[in-house]
Amino acid sequence: MPDDPYSVCIVETQYFTFAESPNEMPLESGEKLGPITLAYETYGTLNNQKNNAILILHALSGDAHVAGRYSAEDPKPGWWDFMVGAGRPFDTDKYFIICSNVIGGCKGSTGPASINPKTKKPYNLSFPVITIGDMVRAQTHLIDHLGIDRLMCVVGGSMGGMQTLEWAVEYPDRVAAAIPMATTCRLGVQGIAFDEVARQAIYADANWKKGDYLNHGVVPAQGLAVARMLAHITYLSEAAMHQKFGRQLREKEHYGYDFSTEFEVESYLHHQGESFIRRFDANTYLYITKAINYFDLYRDYGTLEKAFRNVNSKFMVVSFASDWLYTTAQNKEIVKALKINRKPVTFCEIPSQAGHDAFLLPNPDMEKMIADFLAHVYD
Amino acid sequence: MPLKAYHSPRPDLDFIAELIAPDSSVLDLGCGAGELLQKLLKEKNVQGHGVEIFDQFIYSCIEKGVPVIQADLDEGLDDYPNKSFDYVVLSRTLQVVHKPHIILKEMLRVGKTCIISVPNFGYWRIRLQLLLRGRMPVSKALPYEWYDTPNIHLSTVLDIQKYCAAENITIKGQTYLIKNGRGGLLVRLFPNIFSELAIFVIERNHLVSI
Repeated sequence: MPDDPYSVCIVETQYFTFAESPNEMPLESGEKLGPITLAYETYGTLNNQKNNAILILHALSGDAHVAGRYSAEDPKPGWWDFMVGAGRPFDTDKYFIICSNVIGGCKGSTGPASINPKTKKPYNLSFPVITIGDMVRAQTHLIDHLGIDRLMCVVGGSMGGMQTLEWAVEYPDRVAAAIPMATTCRLGVQGIAFDEVARQAIYADANWKKGDYLNHGVVPAQGLAVARMLAHITYLSEAAMHQKFGRQLREKEHYGYDFSTEFEVESYLHHQGESFIRRFDANTYLYITKAINYFDLYRDYGTLEKAFRNVNSKFMVVSFASDWLYTTAQNKEIVKALKINRKPVTFCEIPSQAGHDAFLLPNPDMEKMIADFLAHVYD
Repeated sequence: MPLKAYHSPRPDLDFIAELIAPDSSVLDLGCGAGELLQKLLKEKNVQGHGVEIFDQFIYSCIEKGVPVIQADLDEGLDDYPNKSFDYVVLSRTLQVVHKPHIILKEMLRVGKTCIISVPNFGYWRIRLQLLLRGRMPVSKALPYEWYDTPNIHLSTVLDIQKYCAAENITIKGQTYLIKNGRGGLLVRLFPNIFSELAIFVIERNHLVSI
């Protein structure tokens, strides 16, 4: 483990199970789900007044493991490690940080790859379709379990930002402040289109077996890898790709006039695809992209203005200049609805070339503005 | 853009703060690093936010706990309903926007009362520079060379007064400043010559479409 005095160090995933029969949790689809297990991690200490809790919400492929390492030998820290720790924006000396894997996920929470207690087999496609609203409703049970009435802050990027909005809109009295980042009240049509191509890549893999692959001892690895490669392009910007790879050939100067992996960018995408299939479940990818596609506060409320009418949180909306998947214009729609309702809101577009992925990357401006914003909420 | 104009002392802000009633709502357009709103939030318990275009200023506002929205004033104030703020403030910003006429109309639509502070291009030292040197004036209040200035719509006290009369805008109050404070008798009698900066409190009771 690298010598990092600010890290949260060795952490452990915890599990909370609720919605046992006959108290299954109703879902937006009309179905019910139970029992539900949520995998979660916490860092820092909940104070006596219980007013220093921050809920971090992860994106499509994220998990509860935001920061720290599982052991001294663990080569990789959590996905937002630079944001969480002593003196970091989510300062574990001051705040109590919580993150849970979403329902429908494959990182310890109940999802399509979990065993259905009724059949003793994986749910697979018999798992009910879940929504962002369902993910958040499940989290409210965890927050109750932790004894917290009102979160000091909910924060997340991309799908985590959708959950942030859902929290603030549906549970106004439980959220003191909200930081939706690189997100939207409804995904653009292009975003839905990309997700559908990704899902088609999975369906088209012969090993998918109509979603029943776990019972056949196979994995639709190729389909899931293609889905990830496609998605990864949408997370970067043209400038970022140009800067990272250009038209560089890999370990050679001349074209081979064959179909081997020649361009650096091809090799990079293959690597992304391959590492993804080792850590992610194909059916989960279908369910979570569906939840992202369904999320639509306009549809739920008629207008965005109505959606935000009763929110009771201080907002800071953050977008990134080169993000073309969750655009600044989409983020500004949130700001506009808050402005019309005269809710306290701060908005900034952070200059970055990194595309949608920018919120996951170290950025001194982003880190400082989050630290400063939280400091004033905490006061 | 160089930021030196914003970093120079801002005596106008204290005078503007004096004009704002406690517990009111305030929209501060071109709020810079958020000094005015910080003061108003702390001393007058106002509600509201700033609007600013430069990210470094946004970060300074957040550091101060001042709500701020990044936006370009030249894109207008469409998002704000009519008369949705008690005060709309535009301090030393009118001269940098591309369409001052539209911004003023929009301010008067959104705010019940508007407060603007404007550098006076009719100030005698500026007149003298142009007269004697034959070159575009450079002063503490307007520290830029002609080729890099953000100040593209300069005006005089008289210009603003004439504009308000022509546009049916009521000037409810004015403060004329010189250096770091309120000017003396000479400044009050001949503000178009002796004031460096003028603060106007303006209102329009009926709405005019742009």
